[in-house]
Amino acid sequence: MKYLPVAGKLCAVLFTALVLAACSGSDTKDQDDAAVAAAAAEEAAAQAKAAQMAELQRLEDAAAAVGNVFYFEFDSSALTQESINQLNAHIAVLRQETDRNVRLEGHADERGTREYNMALGERRANSVRDYMVANGIATYRIETVSYGEERPVAYGSGESNWSQNRRVELK
Amino acid sequence: MKRLLVVLFALPLALGALAARAQLTIEITEGVDNPTPIAVVPFAWQGPGVAPEDMAAVIDGDFARSGLFAPVDRADMLGRPSSEQEVFYRDWRAIDTDYLLIGRASVSEGQMRVEYELFNVLRQTRVLRGGHLGPASEARMLAHRVADDVYEHIRGIRGAFATRLLYVSVTRVPGGKDYFRLTLADSDGARPIVLLESREPILSPTWSPDGREIAYVSFESSRPAIYRQELATGRREQLTSFKGLNGSPAWSPDGNTLAMVLSKDGSPDIYLMDLASKRLTRVTTHYAIDTEPTWMPDGRSLLFTSDRGGKPQIYRYDLRSRNVERVTFEGTYNARARIAQDGRNMVVVHQQDDRFHIALHDLKTGRLYVLTSTELDESPSIAPNGSMVLYATKHSGRGILAAVSVEGGFKFRLPAREGDVREPAWSPYMTR
Repeated sequence: MKYLPVAGKLCAVLFTALVLAACSGSDTKDQDDAAVAAAAAEEAAAQAKAAQMAELQRLEDAAAAVGNVFYFEFDSSALTQESINQLNAHIAVLRQETDRNVRLEGHADERGTREYNMALGERRANSVRDYMVANGIATYRIETVSYGEERPVAYGSGESNWSQNRRVELK
Repeated sequence: MKRLLVVLFALPLALGALAARAQLTIEITEGVDNPTPIAVVPFAWQGPGVAPEDMAAVIDGDFARSGLFAPVDRADMLGRPSSEQEVFYRDWRAIDTDYLLIGRASVSEGQMRVEYELFNVLRQTRVLRGGHLGPASEARMLAHRVADDVYEHIRGIRGAFATRLLYVSVTRVPGGKDYFRLTLADSDGARPIVLLESREPILSPTWSPDGREIAYVSFESSRPAIYRQELATGRREQLTSFKGLNGSPAWSPDGNTLAMVLSKDGSPDIYLMDLASKRLTRVTTHYAIDTEPTWMPDGRSLLFTSDRGGKPQIYRYDLRSRNVERVTFEGTYNARARIAQDGRNMVVVHQQDDRFHIALHDLKTGRLYVLTSTELDESPSIAPNGSMVLYATKHSGRGILAAVSVEGGFKFRLPAREGDVREPAWSPYMTR
């Protein structure tokens, strides 16, 4: 998932405020009062927006902190409690940012046959997808693809390597 | 035969002279007790110039890899006959060889002619003579044909030396994207040609029954898709790119249908694609994983892997009755079946004590024999004559190809000079 720069949105808000300020050069008191009220409302809106941006930034930071890789047990597609905690952080961001789509890439370790592992990787990606959908993320926003055992992170054998390869990556 | 040679000749031209970095070599790791001694005398070269290929060495290599023959060392030969008049049986009895193979090769207008004679040393008679003609650039293939003739005469079953292999080789790029190469080579690993190179995975290469086309899965579009490719022209066609899995292509014996795995309708299921109309028929409809289809030689049923019983096992689907029956019961993991042309010997990946081996399952008796002793063995592929099983394994942390005789007694390795090698697919007999 790509975190769009918050700075870009702040710029848009500031620009709107500047345009409104430039338009408020009126002579009459009523008009002045109206302008003041409008400016106040605008300022309140800007503050609310800023607060919202700050909240989004906080959620994004939290999601970034837990990482975008979820690990699995051997021959299993069940989400671990740790994965669920991680996913919740990402779901919180996706609920705010409804125009963002994600790609879930499922992977397996090298044990067993390649095409069976391809299916296992898909089952893992689907397991993550289903959890996201159950928590309010629309299906059409989620693309899944399985790489099976074809894209290992750790090339060696043994559980220390295999456990790093049984994963779903959120992108 | 002529048509095949044209096809083979055109192949390097069509594909360009791509560098093949994964040339395979042979290391015999386990022999059999009583291989038949055979002396292959260096073939006489009837000019011009120098012989383009040591035909006898190619044939020696074939015999050694069969496990059934023990080629005589050239240094032990007391003569170098190239015609029947020059053969003195006592010279060959003296070095205890059962058979003697001699031959001659010549080239005229780009065409190579090779002639050979096989002698039974004990009976002191010539038992076979023959010849082959083909482009000089196919000298090695002509030598393999001679080896096939001799093998068939002595063993009573057709030789499979004049065949080819497909395999995937990978150059690791830790922290980055690996290089994947789909490679075509002779059955002895010689003359490798890269058919496709990609930074995205390539897997599940397979042959059409006439050996003219291949199919495989490539992720080059960032998603899996099944492609078919004509070897002679390099022309290729994308057959599928559905949402979800697109995998395990398997050609029907009549060449008209491609079995495959798609998960577009939910879980991975087996589908059949009519190659003329591209029409799809769904074969399995289970919520479990159904994958790795392969055809029985009569084309009437499919074997496939399914975990519908909890763990992956081999099942059989009858295309007429649509019945599914479980085939394997021994152990907790039996997957990716391949069946010999006899319709009886099935090889699978079998888990035993947390290790993955290649096992032979006799469909007639239901008995299972573990053939290999290495770990992480996978992707078994049977020679068209049913004699050997080629598979992928790990050796010193690298993916290599290895082979074992169906009887289990004879083993050899085909390590690549560099990189990982995997997913061998042995071609059918090439049309003569």
